[in-house]
Amino acid sequence: MSETLHKTPLHALHLELGARMVPFAGYDMPVQYPLGVLKEHLHTREQAGLFDVSHMGQIILRGNDAAKALETLVPVDIIDLPVGMQRYAMFTNAEGGILDDLMVANLGDDTLFLVVNAACKEQDLAHLRQHIGSRCEIQPLFEERALLALQGPAAVKVLERLAPAVAKMTFMQFQPVQLLGADCYVSRSGYTGEDGFEISVPADKAEALARRLLAEPEVQPIGLGARDSLRLEAGLCLYGHDMDTTTTPIEASLLWAISKVRRADGARAGGFPGADTVFAQQQSGVARKRVGLLPQERTPVREGAQIVDATGKVVGEVCSGGFGPTLGAPVTMGYVDNEHTTLDTALFAMVRGKQVAMKVSKMPFVAQRYYRG
Amino acid sequence: MSELRFTEDHEWLRVEADGSVTVGITAYAQNALGDVVYVQLPELQQYDKGAEASTVESVKAASGVYMPLAGEVVAVNEGLNDNPELVNEDPLGEGWFFRFKPADMSEVHALLDQDAYDRLLKANDDA
Repeated sequence: MSETLHKTPLHALHLELGARMVPFAGYDMPVQYPLGVLKEHLHTREQAGLFDVSHMGQIILRGNDAAKALETLVPVDIIDLPVGMQRYAMFTNAEGGILDDLMVANLGDDTLFLVVNAACKEQDLAHLRQHIGSRCEIQPLFEERALLALQGPAAVKVLERLAPAVAKMTFMQFQPVQLLGADCYVSRSGYTGEDGFEISVPADKAEALARRLLAEPEVQPIGLGARDSLRLEAGLCLYGHDMDTTTTPIEASLLWAISKVRRADGARAGGFPGADTVFAQQQSGVARKRVGLLPQERTPVREGAQIVDATGKVVGEVCSGGFGPTLGAPVTMGYVDNEHTTLDTALFAMVRGKQVAMKVSKMPFVAQRYYRG
Repeated sequence: MSELRFTEDHEWLRVEADGSVTVGITAYAQNALGDVVYVQLPELQQYDKGAEASTVESVKAASGVYMPLAGEVVAVNEGLNDNPELVNEDPLGEGWFFRFKPADMSEVHALLDQDAYDRLLKANDDA
């Protein structure tokens, strides 16, 4: 079975570092290193962590119609995305459900750079080809490029040793950078809530870059286990868990990601799949919504747990949950009926037949520390 | 002083001087689980053999700890409430879970001894 799993360009390095490997989205990936999930998590928040996220899909769109074409698939302003900037987006379907979430960067010269989820990348590529394949060139970089994330307060100090220019970048900026002689794309962004960078690097140069970064005293390798607890504390959605084709951006509490210009009263209103549904929901509200939930006990409340109100009536379900090492307490996200979404509402999760008290809480659970200049 | 016995679910048991039996999870089990962040301890009550008496939660997942034999739980390790990491740091000592009085003490000795448990681990490794 393991023979059928894909390997990232850093696979041998993970094994050498003593990682525990697990199948994830068709790849054999490190879930943790000998340091362990808890310490890896804390190290990332205190120093810097290096993540291999090469399983994610990198796709280039090229052509003078590319931005306009991509806007037909996402509720986000791509046309006016400045060169050297990146933006969060999602592909919607005709019902307004979310097919995947992604990052879109403007490289200039009519070129867009996309990063999509590993489990969705083939389907995203097919989606792009089907709908906008005639309007721009679509080039998947699945085999050609690796993706590393360097996250944490020391990330900038570390990366500027290799390329001083990165220190001037601010959150969501994106630019070509030479690292150890390799043509990389660097964005100041990530999935941990910390300052940091994501680095797209040619596959054959990835291991040398990873080794160089790991040689810096501030840097530890970090696995998917801590990646999940870090993003959960930061209140960030995981596709397939916190949103999917049955949830719209409004239900997923992602209205902020729908650009003003693409909203019902915007200059380029709609024009993305499911716009009518999304706008109707924005207007008249939704039956259920994603909220943050803080368990009031030490018991972690995990995905799939039912959420009930004080009378025992089922009012929702947990979509992500676990232990937040920085918070030192469990953290949870769930979909709950609209009348229970007010901050501080008392709810309960059913865990092994017992009620665990929870409180509707604002997200992020741990303050984001992006560098905005 | 009594030698340890083991179950195929990677629990260890030790017969104490008062005839109660202490239960914990093995070094192998804690290593497989990773960092333990919460332990739901059993109630002081009778449990059937194989009942899920306790639950151990690592950062990523919850795993059941099953009654190795039928019996009555007479003590739990309250220290795990504030310091669940003891399960990782000292699985055979401070990281114990609970003590129980087995319905039939002779069944304890029918469980795996150290050699048999070591062979089980080796077989798992080779699999």
